[in-house]
Amino acid sequence: MGIIEAILLTVVTAATPLVLAAIGELVTERAGVLNLGVEGMMIMGAVLAFVATQATGSPYVGILAGIGGGALFSLLFGFLTLTLVANQVATGLALTILGLGISGQIGEAYVGMSGTKLPPIAIPGLSEIPYLGPLLFKQDLIFYISIALVIGVNWFLFKTRAGLKIRAIGDNHGSAHALGIGVIRTRYLAVLFGGACAGLAGAQLSLVYTPQWVENMSAGRGWIALALVVFASWRPWRVLAGGYLFGAVSISQLHAQALGLGIPSQFLSALPYVATVVVLVLISHNRRMTLINTPASLGKPFVPDR
Amino acid sequence: MRIELEKRPQASVFYAVLSPFIALVLTVIAGGIMFWLLGKDPVSALYSFFVEPLLDVWSLHEIAIKAAPLILIGVGLSICYRSNNWNIGAEGQFIMGAIAGSIVPVVFHEWHSPLVLPLMLIFGMIGGALYAAIPAFLKANLNTNEILSSLMLVYVAQFFLDWIVRGPWRSPEGYNFPVTRNFAPEAILPEILDSGRTNLGFVFAIVAAVLIWFMMRYTLKGFEITVLGQSERAGRFAGFSSRRMIWFSMLLSGALAGLAGISEVSGNINKLQPIISPGYGFTAIIVAFLGRLNPLGIIAAGLFLALTYVGGEAVQLTLTVSDKVTRVFQGLLLFFVLSCDTLILYKIRLVFPGRTAAVAQDGLQGGAE
Repeated sequence: MGIIEAILLTVVTAATPLVLAAIGELVTERAGVLNLGVEGMMIMGAVLAFVATQATGSPYVGILAGIGGGALFSLLFGFLTLTLVANQVATGLALTILGLGISGQIGEAYVGMSGTKLPPIAIPGLSEIPYLGPLLFKQDLIFYISIALVIGVNWFLFKTRAGLKIRAIGDNHGSAHALGIGVIRTRYLAVLFGGACAGLAGAQLSLVYTPQWVENMSAGRGWIALALVVFASWRPWRVLAGGYLFGAVSISQLHAQALGLGIPSQFLSALPYVATVVVLVLISHNRRMTLINTPASLGKPFVPDR
Repeated sequence: MRIELEKRPQASVFYAVLSPFIALVLTVIAGGIMFWLLGKDPVSALYSFFVEPLLDVWSLHEIAIKAAPLILIGVGLSICYRSNNWNIGAEGQFIMGAIAGSIVPVVFHEWHSPLVLPLMLIFGMIGGALYAAIPAFLKANLNTNEILSSLMLVYVAQFFLDWIVRGPWRSPEGYNFPVTRNFAPEAILPEILDSGRTNLGFVFAIVAAVLIWFMMRYTLKGFEITVLGQSERAGRFAGFSSRRMIWFSMLLSGALAGLAGISEVSGNINKLQPIISPGYGFTAIIVAFLGRLNPLGIIAAGLFLALTYVGGEAVQLTLTVSDKVTRVFQGLLLFFVLSCDTLILYKIRLVFPGRTAAVAQDGLQGGAE
């Protein structure tokens, strides 16, 4: 395997958690809910996946634990913002602060333990294709799920009745409610889906990206995923493209550090975060386009009248 | 069982006062459950977390030292949040303020003058304000979401601090540790009481809170902040500019976070090092909400959250639980605060499926009100 292939392989690994968390948040936001707690749900997924894998020896149980943990944690957000109509921005922040705290507490005994890496699954035939095969068809389960989710969400949102309902709720919850669509119930499901995806993204971090538990190991990826959704103008395929772009930036930064170009390593480490800001600026400076793309009810509280 | 909300005709003053206290009680109960899950006696754990620090002069001073940055940042954030500008990057502005303020004692360490300290404080405020000017500019002129940009800049600031203390500003006398040289005595904020370490930073915090309380209550600017926050449209009709408000609130909160940063470094740490904050910029968000975005409430909230830091350190020693419990406590507290705030605007009613008829009647009465 050549050096280029090795680099591309690391890009895929770095991009997968971003794509996963962003595609989940995309569905949540399409339903009109702004959950800023992605970072918190992700880190809960990471710690629970690691702990469950250590307890059972199976990283697949770990994946389930990560998904379940992220989803359960998102339910907390759902209860506050949907049932108690608390401020979504503040509640999302609370979710992140709480997630970082609880995960640190749970993971304390596991710091420094070497984990179990999720094994790659070669797809017979396709994985033999030169260059492309090892890159795309000899990956771990979570990578395949991430691609399937992008395709699935795109189909679901734009080709099914339920997807149409979600978009309707996100654009005008008042009208959707008047039409008899269960706004709160649908939003709960969208929040749960976002939580499950963020939890799975966390599981990828502690089972694939670096198979161990490190406190705060999500390192802002949840926030980058939020920026990705804006970058993608709430469209699934663009989430995929953006995720890989960001994955490439964070990996090239690591390789530049290894090469030692005379640039201080801290400047290179800051690069993905600077890139996020730059991309956000580029994508949102056109006020009208942003207005058209953003779900109109995003972040607005909804109390059903009776 | 289902939970239904009914909007109150007007916001309940009773619950506006009570809700932070309900949240505190719920947090303490949840904290007790957490200690019990960790296999500790909840009563004695809660006692050493929340009560013991209050009985000892040394810890009272520690609380004041930790409350100072929380209050300074918190009152700045309250202006932002009241005007609907979601600055969540105070941690970065705190760091940049600390670095900018440290230019004087680190780079010009041979200059000795009574002007050193005032200059440091001014530089600190300018540093914090300039760093907050980035998300402000991006929001006001380029329509960029300030939540994400201000947060991303926290990471950038942390890397910048790491670089500067390991690189250009590393102390020649520091035995290769990543620290700057120790500040000279005239660059250190004086202590204000004979009994302990509390420094002038605490006075800054109280003064800032009172001034901002006065501004919010008695000046047109305060009214402008409230109106623009509640309805941008109404504010425009009144001739207020939401763009100017972005600049005003972000620069003000950035300057206060910067002042907190340089005060912490000058008064408490006495040098720069890779980590200068246990997350004050984020904890101050909780402080702002627990204080109900009211500067005087924020003083009380800042003191309480400082207590969670000191209490966390105490139980770490006495009960050998990790200092992570502090962050769990803080997260839980914000959750309960936000849930209890629902009570201010809504009546909460539990609906049981078996009693539909009664509920329908209730609803009718609600409608007749």
